[in-house]
Amino acid sequence: MRVLTYRDALREAIREEMLRDERVYILGEDIAGYGGTYSVTKGLFEEFGEKRVRDTPLAEEVIIGTAIGSALTGLRPIAELMTMNFSLLASDQIINSAAKFSYMFGGQPRIPMVIRMPGGGGAQRGAQHSQFFETLYAHVPGLKVVMPATPYDAKGMLKSAVRDDDPVIFVEHELLYNVKGDVPDEGVEYTVPLNRGERRREGSDVTLVTFSRMVHICMQAAEELAKTGIEAEVIDLRSIRPIDLDLVLDSVRKTNRVVVAEEGWKYYGTGQGVVALIYEYAFDYLDAPIGQVTGKDVPMPYSKPLEQAALPTRDDVIAAVKAIVPALGAATAAR
Amino acid sequence: MAVRDVRQAREVRQPAQAPSETQDFGGLSREQLLDLHYQMEVLRLFEEKAAEAYTLGKIGGFLHLYIGQEASGVGAISALAPSDYVVSSYREHGHAILKGIAPREVMAELYGKATGCSKGRGGSMHMYSAEHRLIGGQAIVGAQIVISTGIGFGISYQGLKDVALTFFGDGAVDEGAFHEGLNLSSVWKLPVVFLCENNMYSMGMSVSKAWSVPSLEPRAAAYGVPYISVDGMDVLAMRAAVSQAAERARRGEGPTLIEAHTYRFRGHSMADPARYRTRDEESQWKANRDPIVLFEQRLREAELARDEDFKANEEKAAAVVEDAARFADESPFPTEDDLYSDVLQDGSGAIAWRNKPSTPRE
Repeated sequence: MRVLTYRDALREAIREEMLRDERVYILGEDIAGYGGTYSVTKGLFEEFGEKRVRDTPLAEEVIIGTAIGSALTGLRPIAELMTMNFSLLASDQIINSAAKFSYMFGGQPRIPMVIRMPGGGGAQRGAQHSQFFETLYAHVPGLKVVMPATPYDAKGMLKSAVRDDDPVIFVEHELLYNVKGDVPDEGVEYTVPLNRGERRREGSDVTLVTFSRMVHICMQAAEELAKTGIEAEVIDLRSIRPIDLDLVLDSVRKTNRVVVAEEGWKYYGTGQGVVALIYEYAFDYLDAPIGQVTGKDVPMPYSKPLEQAALPTRDDVIAAVKAIVPALGAATAAR
Repeated sequence: MAVRDVRQAREVRQPAQAPSETQDFGGLSREQLLDLHYQMEVLRLFEEKAAEAYTLGKIGGFLHLYIGQEASGVGAISALAPSDYVVSSYREHGHAILKGIAPREVMAELYGKATGCSKGRGGSMHMYSAEHRLIGGQAIVGAQIVISTGIGFGISYQGLKDVALTFFGDGAVDEGAFHEGLNLSSVWKLPVVFLCENNMYSMGMSVSKAWSVPSLEPRAAAYGVPYISVDGMDVLAMRAAVSQAAERARRGEGPTLIEAHTYRFRGHSMADPARYRTRDEESQWKANRDPIVLFEQRLREAELARDEDFKANEEKAAAVVEDAARFADESPFPTEDDLYSDVLQDGSGAIAWRNKPSTPRE
């Protein structure tokens, strides 16, 4: 094991897959000479050359159209969209083409394509550069949507995504790129599946279901809660679609209380989807209504104090847990 | 107001005479020429049969007919090799047949049958064949253009000599996809042939009202792409134009934009009474510019074929179409067992737990 940043882990995954398979190439805005807006692809142009590291014009629809078309000829593209915010410009290709072709054309087309896109707030990038739209894509049958939280998962899931024969939306968080974590040594081959969540922390009193950067915030909240005697189990979904529902339900059956935490907007979002699934499949096991921690229902403000107020915090998670878990003294007294 | 608009459209779009460079019949033999005629007959009769089936309720949804535009598809696709790709729009039944999909499978797809080329899941607007390299069937206007850029890139990345020919209408050139696709294909010199079938109306919007320029020539120039204007009612002119563009693409010199001037004899779809154009305009096109009739005249005048040859082709085509319709009629519908198949290639279907029972608490 060694310690890598999330960014370096992603770069290793791309590099190893390009070395492994000649059909893998990358395309996007400023990924070659510039090295990627967030430096993920730095050095790959120098190593692999123009044929396999393709700078594109600022034209998201043709970036994804190119990825889809080339995949139909047998290539395995990794497209980078500078941010998830710009993916809306390519959303027709993602939703109407990539997601639907296999089904709509009787299973004939295969689109082994990965679209990497960073999202999320917290860096004062304002209303049009701080959004999470995973909900939009996770809503659509025919797509896979993953949001790794750690360098280990970033590398392992990106490698799986490249090898997968379906289109994968790979959502990174801008504030995760510098996060460090253990990753197996170079040359030690591993992958992380695209349909399994991960239990990050064991606990018996409440289940925190979360993903992406909020995993780290929930882990901090869990440590704080432990000081007050509340043991939280933290489930990192990692994959939004398909969701590892069994992992979630097993935990719910054990703790009987749930808080779903995410950075995006509350209404009709990923979190509410998870909430609905838990109510549908484990209603009997719940001892309290499911709590939700989300970003506030506003376009992301620029000003630092306002942005901080709009983003969900460790304290928000702690408060949501305390709202549904009886105080330690009260619970003991009741027994 | 509406009357003036229609008159303007007629002035701008009145088709030119057929170009003279195809007087030599493109070096084709009599048999090859008659085969082009036969293919146009198949397309014409196929669409007429489809229209009939639609009125009988055998075909649902939208049905966009190719009647009147046969020379464009037949001429264009006859200029390609079987391994070349065709990427098309929702008016693609003809392109699917020309690319090699059996008319039976195309008709069965229209009927929503399991034997259709897309297993009945696509319908009129979503024909596909990986084997014959017919890549949709795209019903989002212009979306196929950027996909053809990607196919062109895939071809060039793998060092192959194939070409991607993409069909779209005069409405698609107003979509952003057209501009993004044309530009990148040109920058990367991709082997793509962009073929705009300008039938003068995007649904009811006439080109004269939608375009800021009278032809696609300045738009091609804007992306450094050669432009060819061609009579879309002349099957040999179409073949020549696409041959020229495809050869250029194969030489690695990049894409070409072809504007084929054509006319759909029916409405945009079966649901369209075509109130945006005059009956007089329609009857003039049908009387004077029918691509099958025009081609017959030329072959007859050159004494390459006689009426009995055309009649034989028509009968042969009619038999193929009747067989296709019978096949479609007799084919089974897909069953509900097939509902979740192929959502994903890995077979995991839609959300995997959809049948999961809710467990009661112990």
